[in-house]
Amino acid sequence: MATIANNANQDTGTRKFQLSNLMRQQGALVFIIFIGVFVLASIIFGENFYSAYNIKTMLIYNSMLAFISLGMTFVIITGGIDLSVSSVAVLASMLAAWFSRFGLLPAIFVTIFFTTLVGFFNGIVIARWNIQPFIATLVTFMAARGLSLIMPKVFAIYMPVVLPGVPIELWANNVLDFSIIIDRTKNMQDILLDFGGIPIPIILMIAVYVIGEVALQFSRFGQRTLAIGGNEEASRLMGLPVRRVKVIVYSLSGALAGLSGVILAARSGVALPTEAVGWELQAIAAVVVGGTLLTGGRGSVISTLMGVLLLGLIFNILNFVNVGGFSLTVYWQSVIRGIFLFIVVLLQAPWSKRTG
Amino acid sequence: MTTSEQTAVKVERSNFGERFQKVRTYGMVIVLLLLVGFNIFRIYRVVSTNETIVENGNVTEAFVQALNSALNVNLTQVATIVIVAVGMTFVIATGGIDLSVGAIMAIAGQLAPLIFMGPIAERFGMAFANVLAIVVPIIIAGIFGLFNGLMVTKLKFQPIIATLIVFIGGRGIAQVLTNGYLQFFKNPDFQYIALGRPLGIPTQVYIMFIVVLVAWYVMRSTSFGQYVLAVGGNEKAARLAGVPVDKVKTAVYVISGALAGIAGLIVVAINSASDANLNGMLIELDAIAATAVGGTPLSGGQASILGTFLGALLIQMVKFTLLSIGVPYEFALVVNAGIILIAVYVQTKRTA
Repeated sequence: MATIANNANQDTGTRKFQLSNLMRQQGALVFIIFIGVFVLASIIFGENFYSAYNIKTMLIYNSMLAFISLGMTFVIITGGIDLSVSSVAVLASMLAAWFSRFGLLPAIFVTIFFTTLVGFFNGIVIARWNIQPFIATLVTFMAARGLSLIMPKVFAIYMPVVLPGVPIELWANNVLDFSIIIDRTKNMQDILLDFGGIPIPIILMIAVYVIGEVALQFSRFGQRTLAIGGNEEASRLMGLPVRRVKVIVYSLSGALAGLSGVILAARSGVALPTEAVGWELQAIAAVVVGGTLLTGGRGSVISTLMGVLLLGLIFNILNFVNVGGFSLTVYWQSVIRGIFLFIVVLLQAPWSKRTG
Repeated sequence: MTTSEQTAVKVERSNFGERFQKVRTYGMVIVLLLLVGFNIFRIYRVVSTNETIVENGNVTEAFVQALNSALNVNLTQVATIVIVAVGMTFVIATGGIDLSVGAIMAIAGQLAPLIFMGPIAERFGMAFANVLAIVVPIIIAGIFGLFNGLMVTKLKFQPIIATLIVFIGGRGIAQVLTNGYLQFFKNPDFQYIALGRPLGIPTQVYIMFIVVLVAWYVMRSTSFGQYVLAVGGNEKAARLAGVPVDKVKTAVYVISGALAGIAGLIVVAINSASDANLNGMLIELDAIAATAVGGTPLSGGQASILGTFLGALLIQMVKFTLLSIGVPYEFALVVNAGIILIAVYVQTKRTA
């Protein structure tokens, strides 16, 4: 008896080891491809490509996707999906732009507070009401997009009524019919400044990914997240707080989408409800490229970052491609994106089959 | 004894489930009828208070006309969503999902004008070109569906990823076909599929009803329908029972693709222009919502074609009613989201 148990133990032990090994290889593979592509592009396109300006712009743009993808990674590891992130990010950019009149920090914290609530709502609907994540977040997707379309009008018309005594210019000043403009007299756009030579969004990106990786691999919360994705029923029977973990994971996704929205607003200087279309799918693509399986139960945070950066790099390079006066239009770029995603998933297939 | 007790409990439960299913379906029909009744009442009030109409002629005639146009507006708007959602219902019944329908619509919509405005029309005549402009895009759309199906069955991609690839790449292909430019045209014969009015009802409404009826029959009375449900219910068991799982799965994606192709043609025919950037944009979400509201669970194994039809109508009627009583579009979007949530919540209660 004991030997059998021992054997089984050993068996799972080695399996686990192989798994984590493979996972690391996956992240490493994407990283190596990333470096290779980067060097190649630098050789071909020269200074235009590897200029600090281009790299900074690219990284700041991709930091927004990176925040969303980090939340998505956790959600996907629990076996769920969060389609609402792009709409929540847009809602966040609206809120951030409006609260920019109170300064940078209030804008950030109020915005993230609200988007965390949206994520919390997702989590409650999924964990308490047992509604499939796909539908629950689809609903939030629609509602958040609708709210961000309404917000400019509401803020312009109704806020003076709700809070009388505040001069009407304050409410209507920065609000157009369809968008909210950032108050440039305040320090909202400080979030894009350099800190020690590196723009703050990039520092934030690296910081949240390090925290995310540590949380996933070493914290109790991370282990629970992995366990729930692996086998929800078993986790429940073992007494893990499945619902609470799910609610936290979706709230986290909402919070990170909020952060992404703040940077979106700061970058554009104006919050438009038509921004960020399709980001949820780009985030899912990045997570998949990073090697996290959509079935949940396993995944890696750093690999997702590699996925985001690799996809961002490829799309950045497509802007430089110019063969004999024939430059790639955005339309060709989306065809190539599709083909690229196909190839990456194809390369992954044997890996996922072996482990899953 | 225990087994008989268990069976008794099971039977009772399934009875309850069936009863609940009926209540829900009737509930949806009742809500729909209430909404239609409300709108008729509103239109009647508008018509009867409009003095010019009352003076110039028969009130009832004007009323019938108003009602007719109101119904036509709703059915016309919902037709493409229903057509796509029927395909989606097949896919979801097998436990999959198809995000690529909007992109496939865009491709089909771009192809049709390319065919009837191209050299084929000059060489072989307009009639032949029109037939080609309808048949070829639908076949191509089916081929994209086949590609989805093969990715899911042969390459073992997860459905959401496989169709995401076509979602991203497909719209790009549609845009590349004309370099992103719109194609404007005037071709009454081709546009008959959307602008024709046999017996006063738009052609696309007929197409919608035919699609729904055929799909309903297939799901209910053919072995293919049973296979679809078996695959969605328990794939391994279905495989062991000899169901050609891969073929069935591929087939549902082909069906979904071809139906999306039809919907894409209808959209360009309505607009007299093909716009690859907007044709079918976000329709996959409408279709999934209609399917979910209609009582088809996303986990597969069950399907209700009529439910999907009613679900799409319900969403459309709510939107129409809200807009017609002056609620802004954006707010209607939020209300819509709430309705989907409630409808799916009620459905989950049943299965739980």
